[in-house]
Amino acid sequence: MIHAYSLGGYHIALDVYSGSVHVMDGLSLRAVRLFERLDRRQTMECLRKEYPGHPDSEPEALKSLLDELDALKDAGLLYSPDDYSRCANRLREKDSPVKALCLHVAHACNLACSYCFAGQGNYHGSSALMSLETGRKALDFLVAHSGGRRNLEVDFFGGEPLLNWDVVKGLVHYGRELEKQHGKAFRFTLTTNGVLLNEEVIDFCNREMHNVVLSLDGRPEVHDRFRVDRQGRGSYGQVVPAFRRLAEARGGKGYYVRGTYTRNNLDFLRDVLHMAELGFTQLSMEPVVAPSDSPDALKEEDLPQLFEQYEQLAFEMLKRKREGRGFDFYHYNIDLRHGPCVHKRLAGCGSGTEYLSVTPNGDLYPCHQFVGEEAFRMGDLGSGVTNRALREAFRSNVLASRPECENCWAKLYCAGGCAANASHAAGSIRGVYRLGCELFKKRIECAIMLQAALEEEAPSGA
Amino acid sequence: MRNMEEEVNGMKIKTLASRDLKASLENGGCGECQTSCQSACKTSCGVANQPCEKEQD
Repeated sequence: MIHAYSLGGYHIALDVYSGSVHVMDGLSLRAVRLFERLDRRQTMECLRKEYPGHPDSEPEALKSLLDELDALKDAGLLYSPDDYSRCANRLREKDSPVKALCLHVAHACNLACSYCFAGQGNYHGSSALMSLETGRKALDFLVAHSGGRRNLEVDFFGGEPLLNWDVVKGLVHYGRELEKQHGKAFRFTLTTNGVLLNEEVIDFCNREMHNVVLSLDGRPEVHDRFRVDRQGRGSYGQVVPAFRRLAEARGGKGYYVRGTYTRNNLDFLRDVLHMAELGFTQLSMEPVVAPSDSPDALKEEDLPQLFEQYEQLAFEMLKRKREGRGFDFYHYNIDLRHGPCVHKRLAGCGSGTEYLSVTPNGDLYPCHQFVGEEAFRMGDLGSGVTNRALREAFRSNVLASRPECENCWAKLYCAGGCAANASHAAGSIRGVYRLGCELFKKRIECAIMLQAALEEEAPSGA
Repeated sequence: MRNMEEEVNGMKIKTLASRDLKASLENGGCGECQTSCQSACKTSCGVANQPCEKEQD
């Protein structure tokens, strides 16, 4: 399967099953498309008709071009077949160890963002804080179910995790003890709205957290539209100085300033650039997850504008990189050389198998987006995963189980996408969230174009 | 943005260096890489930006 597209003056052919990316001129890209379904003679005839008088459509030039395509095919870099069915079927049967927990240390929040998928922090239930004892049980559970995995991930999430800061610190210390006892490596991350960030929190996070995710929606008026306190006051002025102090003191460790865009700021590029103007260099901006009848929800008709925003973002990133003031955008971070293996790409997102969410009282859910939906409660820390039917449904929810993904060129980049979004949009974890798919594909096109541009500009041998 | 009509080293097509996915059937699957949602997204799964943890040739 080939995905051929042109963007920013780059003509790109992606060979889906080998993962190869080829950059070329427009006529060659057309040849790649034609040669996928036509024989040599037919391809040459078409190209001569479509490019009359073009020097590259002369017989000798076309012969040379098709020889090149044949050589790439012979090398397994073009028109590669799907050789992954055995692996895909094996994955469906495989039991994964648990290696990541999303710890909901606080089902409470000091902000009241109306677009919050977590119902302003309490996941449509009662407010609650996780006890240190429950948190320790969660880490014990993770170690006990992690099998041979060394790297274990724990995200302190909420609600707002800083409302339960002492427990966060206690759990990091406990995790460090477990590392020594069991030969594991914990990577802690924290997602915060920033309201309670102070020097002590910043110092601790910068020592102990592998990554910190800082929620900022961009321009002041955009951020303060949703990210307000219980009295309706915007939080931009309070959180931005703290985020800047944290980022400056981070010393090269990972962080993301992460925003959410909605139908109210379809010009979200301006918000990403605002983050960059504030001095942040590791940025992320996510489409809102909202019920389709919400006025904030994105609609199909918004796609052309959103596509244009993603493209302009890529061009702007390239321009700033050339000017020595570049920034990273999470969804454009594609490492073609050292990216994930095909097992990862076939296995799906891992929710309900290698990744679980733990509520303040110790209940287990497939991921944070399912928390509070009783039908998706998998068990609890005391008894483990007791809903075996649900576990089986998630275990077998690999890429090959999603029929609508079969002919999609982007499937080895998203692994089938988000199970929660699919469930909420299509009523099944094996469905697809179409609008999300369209945005994802555009982001991958932009990310690969950026790679092509940067590789071209890199010093030879780099 | 760019004029890509010129030839690159006499060849019309430039292939970017990328991981051999077929080979990764054999040399991948250790499971040590980051879980998809355990980073900056939390609302839209992708695996392409998760770096491999394994030393590669």
